[in-house]
Amino acid sequence: MTAFVVRRLLIAIPTILFLIVLTFTLMELAPGSPFDSERGVPQYVLDNLEAKYGLDRPAWQRLGLYVWNLATDFDFGPSFTYRDRTVNDVIAQGFPITLTYGLLSGLVAMAVGIPLGITAAIKHNTWLDTLAVGFSIGASVLPNFVMAPILVLVFTLWLGWLPGGGWNGGQWNYLILPVVALATSYMASIARLTRSSMLEVLNAPFIRTARAKGLPMRRVILRHALKPAMLPVISYLGPTFAFLLTGSVLIDMFFSTGGIGQFFVAAALGRDYAIIMGVTVLYGVIVVALNLLVDLLYAWIDPKIRYG
Amino acid sequence: MSIRQATKAFLSPAANPFPDGVTVPVKGRSLWMDARTRFLRNKAATGSLLVLVLLAAFAFLGDTISPWDNETIDWGMLGQVHVVGGPSLETGHWFGVDETGRDLFARTAQGTRISLAVGFVGAAVAVVIGTIYGAVSGYVGGRVDDVMMRIVDVLIAVPYMFVLILMMVVFERSVIMLFVGVGLISWLDMARIVRGQTLSLKNREFVEAAIATGVRSPMIIARHIVPNLLGIVVVYATLLVPQMILFESFVSFLGLGVQEPLTSLGALIAQGAGQMRNDVPWMLGFPLAAFVALLFALFFVGDGLRDALDPKDR
Repeated sequence: MTAFVVRRLLIAIPTILFLIVLTFTLMELAPGSPFDSERGVPQYVLDNLEAKYGLDRPAWQRLGLYVWNLATDFDFGPSFTYRDRTVNDVIAQGFPITLTYGLLSGLVAMAVGIPLGITAAIKHNTWLDTLAVGFSIGASVLPNFVMAPILVLVFTLWLGWLPGGGWNGGQWNYLILPVVALATSYMASIARLTRSSMLEVLNAPFIRTARAKGLPMRRVILRHALKPAMLPVISYLGPTFAFLLTGSVLIDMFFSTGGIGQFFVAAALGRDYAIIMGVTVLYGVIVVALNLLVDLLYAWIDPKIRYG
Repeated sequence: MSIRQATKAFLSPAANPFPDGVTVPVKGRSLWMDARTRFLRNKAATGSLLVLVLLAAFAFLGDTISPWDNETIDWGMLGQVHVVGGPSLETGHWFGVDETGRDLFARTAQGTRISLAVGFVGAAVAVVIGTIYGAVSGYVGGRVDDVMMRIVDVLIAVPYMFVLILMMVVFERSVIMLFVGVGLISWLDMARIVRGQTLSLKNREFVEAAIATGVRSPMIIARHIVPNLLGIVVVYATLLVPQMILFESFVSFLGLGVQEPLTSLGALIAQGAGQMRNDVPWMLGFPLAAFVALLFALFFVGDGLRDALDPKDR
């Protein structure tokens, strides 16, 4: 097991380094300095600014410094547009919001998707199955950026039940639309995945044996079928959370929730490379860490996995 | 008539309408022909294929049919778009106009074209690079395979949406940049899938025979491995197209996609959503309908192809 963890870490660390070098190189290729402006700023002011942000040093030194600060202090450096704030401040302000509804969306997607998939598999080829499959196909062509406008149109503009944006300290009615918009398509994927893997397990000989022993269906499913059927779903969790993080950028922007995504899009449009890079690296680290976690979970649950 | 009698009657010389020495030629059926029959029997898939053809015709011919193009502003509409800008046959704006008075039919057609192009480029890169990479890695094996697959492991874990956005910011926001971004990611999964298939192919008898007769490795990969991978490659490439379209639309929705006057379905949906409160439902409705129809059709065609080419799957 230790060897397995070590080997996974040996992939995770180069991945993060590669991401940092990639984003750093892209930033280096960007034309112009972040302090270019229409008003002619005197050269000595520019020099001072560049010295303050460390831009007067060669690229490799700055890269090394960036990685060092990140590794030792988790410090993403100063922002280029918000003069009095660092990238860490921006992350500290936006991330809790993104995390709140991101986790909620993940939970909702699983809490609805898994039972739906299981029900569809148990009631295979009945109207319930057709309904569940229809729903999951329908929902998979409704990504977050299609769901968000439709939801706002229906629940805010037509029915007037829910606010169409804002955060308001995470009050429940402000949470519903972002969570549903983000969760729907992953819910559909999870439901479809659960259904097909459950169908496969239910056809397995050990389930027939359990049935032949006279166990009630309920017990067969809970005791014998559920665990193996969940394996593909678990391995899909890593990508799901990566997608949720990406999707949150759009949700933040569309619903003005004040999460990281809003800063990210503003930074992208205003060429604040420090924030773009900080968010990209942060999300990269999170995705890699989550994938590692899912792999470990998988290895722990599935006795067939050999981690030699 | 019992089975034995029937067999006897069938085998008796009298039953053979052809003279002695002539055998009835049995036409061989290739796997591809079987697959085509299976695909054509699938109503959802064939219907979707028709929808896809119509959408492609709309995307590529829409501009020439329409009296308006995608960037000309209809000045007569400005300021009263929500009153007179709706879909109508008389004004020639069949889908209405957007908030700046540009024809939505032409813009939707042009956006659909970008989506199709992105999907196609993604699939093409995946088919070419992914297949070659995966086949080489799987066939050569050993340390080369280890290194090649570790590289894919590293690349696959990168959050590409963010990298693509950074690229669009650093370089100009252009269609070419979108293609580069899509090309960077689309081949990774394909390489993994193809490698897995190659591993199971490379110990088969026909490969062994080729090695025994002295065929070189590159030739074996090109002649014996790749043709046997085509089924799964085609299926996966089709399923990749909607993913790439989703990817591009997401970036466009954020306003970080192609630059005006070019547009894309994601950007049009974003614009329509921004105008929702102004009682102009056509601005959201038509792009959204085109997008959903496109994705639906692609999903069903991909599903049909999988059932047709990879029947053991279910």
